[in-house]
Formats: sequence, structure tokens, C-alpha cells
Amino acid sequence: MSDVYIVGAGETKFGELWERSLRELAVEAGLRAIENAGVYSRDVQVLYGSNSLAGIINGQENIGALLSDFSGIAENNIPAIRIEASTASGGAAVRQAYLAVKSGEYDLVMVGGVEKMTDVFGTELIDLTSSVLDREWEAFFGATPAALAAISARKYMSDFNVEKDALAMMSVNDHLNASKNPDAQYKNKLTLEQALNSVSVAEPLNMMDCSPVSDGAAAVLVASENYVKKHKLDGVKILSSADAQDYLALHSRKSLYTLESAKVASRKALERAKIKIDDVSFAEIHDSYSIYGLMELEDLGFAQKGMAKELVYEDIKLNGRIPINPSGGLKAKGNPLGATGVGQFVEAYRQLKEKAGERQVKDPRYAMLHNMGGTGSMSVVHIVGGE
Amino acid sequence: MGEVSRFWRESAHRYRLVAHKCGNCERTFFPPRDVCPICHRESVGKMKEVDLSGKGVIESFTVIHEVPSPFVRQRPYILAIIKLDEGPSLTAQIVDADPGEVEMGKRVSAVFRKIAQQGSAGIIQYGYKFVLA
Ligand SMILES: [Zn+2]
Repeated sequence: MSDVYIVGAGETKFGELWERSLRELAVEAGLRAIENAGVYSRDVQVLYGSNSLAGIINGQENIGALLSDFSGIAENNIPAIRIEASTASGGAAVRQAYLAVKSGEYDLVMVGGVEKMTDVFGTELIDLTSSVLDREWEAFFGATPAALAAISARKYMSDFNVEKDALAMMSVNDHLNASKNPDAQYKNKLTLEQALNSVSVAEPLNMMDCSPVSDGAAAVLVASENYVKKHKLDGVKILSSADAQDYLALHSRKSLYTLESAKVASRKALERAKIKIDDVSFAEIHDSYSIYGLMELEDLGFAQKGMAKELVYEDIKLNGRIPINPSGGLKAKGNPLGATGVGQFVEAYRQLKEKAGERQVKDPRYAMLHNMGGTGSMSVVHIVGGE
Repeated sequence: MGEVSRFWRESAHRYRLVAHKCGNCERTFFPPRDVCPICHRESVGKMKEVDLSGKGVIESFTVIHEVPSPFVRQRPYILAIIKLDEGPSLTAQIVDADPGEVEMGKRVSAVFRKIAQQGSAGIIQYGYKFVLA
């Protein structure tokens, strides 16, 4: 079976981009990836579009057709399919591209992730984003994604004697890295004090524990070994890909602070890549809420359960032992749901090619990318890099 | 119309706290499910309705300030995951209590209340909330 490479990557700026439409964002990211790879869009054999909530936020379904049409490849009858796995749609779409290329069916696949969230705002948007939960048995009773993260956080902090500072440090780290990322939503550095004193969203989580409302798009081109050789492209290898599921509702899981999906997917990804967690040079993790950052550091294998607090002050920094979210992460680079997971690949591609500018991780070899759906119902983990 | 039928469908289980018990392994599930995730096909046709006592313990909770549209009139409110005495856990509001009185590990019991005004039609929905025992 063919090895699989990323041969081009591009993204829009993430943020509240009031004047930009869903289709404009997607096309911009796609064209940047095409230009970056030095290929032509008509060479793409299939397009996987990842998106989470366009149906209810923008009133637009049939996203595959929309992206195919406005990127100009409908003219060439190139198939286009939407991949939806809630907030893990991006990672899931890259995984589908990986499988499609690995199987030998395709040699060049475009993955384009997009989300246009600012078409709705306030309490209405909170209601719509709560549809990634169990609508009948969680959201019906007033649960929101932030509220469930907060419920996990309270239990976690109590059981492992963790202070709010440790959670806030995830956001502080994200903001510091994002200040060096031109594509990031936020450029401001965040002090621990500011993080701790921001307004309450769902106790004990504050606004600075929560990823923002973001618009944005990201795209990567995934190619076979043959294609890379034939066209003399300079790719970054996708070494392994894995995904895993857990119960949809938090109340049905075995633990309020263990992400089984992240545990299983990361173990599989490391095993398939034939590397150990200590070999990972940096990671992009799905810290949609600061507490998830700590839980993920543990469940992905970087720390024992309850011990992530020992990593968040120094080790996760850009020049630390295991740099986490050099891009700025979900908190500060931004979290345009369906684009978020694809954006992680854009960052990994730039880092591994040592073209990440001021936020360059030193001598990176392997990146671990973790994209998560809902409150942990799904995780997709990829290992990128090597040889 | 779709909204109305969606909320009526689950209402019996919500009104009476009815769970499903697997006839193969005797585990109780709430919300009810037609297939036992432990026994899989061995459980098919053996999931029986059982009434829950509505008594349980607060596993964890939050006070929500940034609320979704159907709940704006209730802001802020307390939301908890409650472990019921029969085994399963559920997500529900805790009412008639100050946030300061609510603690993990405290016992609670179910009451029948108005939940929210759902959707554009403004349909009033009822279901369980919990009070400190
Ligand atoms: Zn069973």
C-alpha cells in the first residue's frame, strides 16, 4: 500500500470575519493549498469537505457540491463529499483522504475544512452549537458544550487537587503561541491574572477557558508516493491515522474526566506509526476548553492521570520539553469547527518543513495531531512526519 | 410540527423516569436504549422498562451563565450530572437551592417541572429537575 503525503497546505485567517462567506473562505483556503503544492485544481481526483454545523448555522447543506462548484472543479466532474464528525470533522476528513490514497484508489485528494459561525450569535448560537451534544438527554435540560466541560473540570480539580491556575495556563500558552501566528484569531498575550479574572461562562470555567466563535477555512492536499515522485513534490508524510469513539453523552461515560476516545485513538496511532510518545516533537491538541487540554495531555499519553498540572507551566511552551499547540491552539488560533482539524495539519506541515517563522519548534521530527468531536465522543489522532 | 413530535416522543420516559433493564446482564440504562452495549445482540428483545426511584447523588455540577436561547429566563442555573441509586447517571438541573448549598456527593431527588420554552413555536416542555434531599 502507498505511503501518504501532505503536499500542500493553506488556510485563511481565523476570526470573526463578518464580511466573508462560507464559500469564499473555503475557496481561499483551497487555492492557497493548490498554489502551495504547485499542482492544478483539475488534478484533484476527489474533494473531501469537512464542516460541522453549516446546515443549522448557515442553512446550507450539500457542502460537497458547494465547495466543488465554487472551487471550479465541478466543471471537471470531480467528486466532492462532505465529511461530518461534529467538531472532529477536519481530522476525520483527512483520515478519509489518507485511507483513499493508501488504498490506491486515488493519487491526489483535496481536504477542505470550513466553518462560518458568525452568521448567528449570542444565546441562539449557544443553542445551535449544543447540537453536538445529545439533544434529547443533555441539551434539552440546558446543557451546553461549555457546561459539560465545566462539570468535568470541577470533578477533575477536586479529585486531583488541581487549582484554576493550571487550567488557565493552557490558555496562556495558546495566546503566547498565537501572538506569533499571522493566521490566528488572537494576537494578544494573555496573563494568568487576566485569564483567571475573565467573566464566568459555566463555573468554574471563565471566558478565557473557552475557545472563541470563529470563522475560517483550512485545506491540505494529500498525495500518494507515486504522485510525489512523479511530480517531484516535497511532501510531509502522514505516518499513521487512527480514530475511536466513545458514548455521545458525557453522563454515559465511565469517567467524567477520562477521554477514552483520545486514549484509544492515540495508542493506535502511535502503534501504527511504530513510535513512542516520547518520540513526539510537538502536538496540536483539541483544547476547545482549557480543562480538555489537561485531560488530553493525560489521555494522549504525555502525563499520568491527574498529573498534567506538572506540564502546563513550563514543558508545554514552544521551547519546552513537549511544545503543545505551537499554532495557538483552539483557544487563540481559533476554533472554526469543521476547519479546526484541517488547520492542525496546516500547522504540522509548516512546522515539519521548518517554515513556521517565529513560532518554529526546534528540530521537529514527529507531530501528534488530536481532533475531538463533542465532549469526547470521537477522537481522531494522526502522526505526521518522520524519514 | 417536527419539533412537536420530537419532544413528545421521549416524554413518557422523561415524565416518569423510566429506564431500560437488560434481561441478559441485569444492568439498568437511562436514558433508555434498545440494545445493551455490553450484551449487544443477546439483549435484543430483552430490554425491559423499569421505574427509577429518582434518588441519587451529585457527581459534579456547574452554574451556567452563558445560556442557550430556550433558557434565557432561567439564567443563571445549576446543571449537574447525577448518579442514580439504580446505577445510571443523567444530566439535569438542580433547583430550589443556592449554588452555595450544592456540593458534589450531596443526595438529590427528582421533581417534575417546566424545563424550557423550545423552538420558534414556543412550546413549553416538562421533565425532571432535582432538589437537594
Ligand atoms: Zn446486557
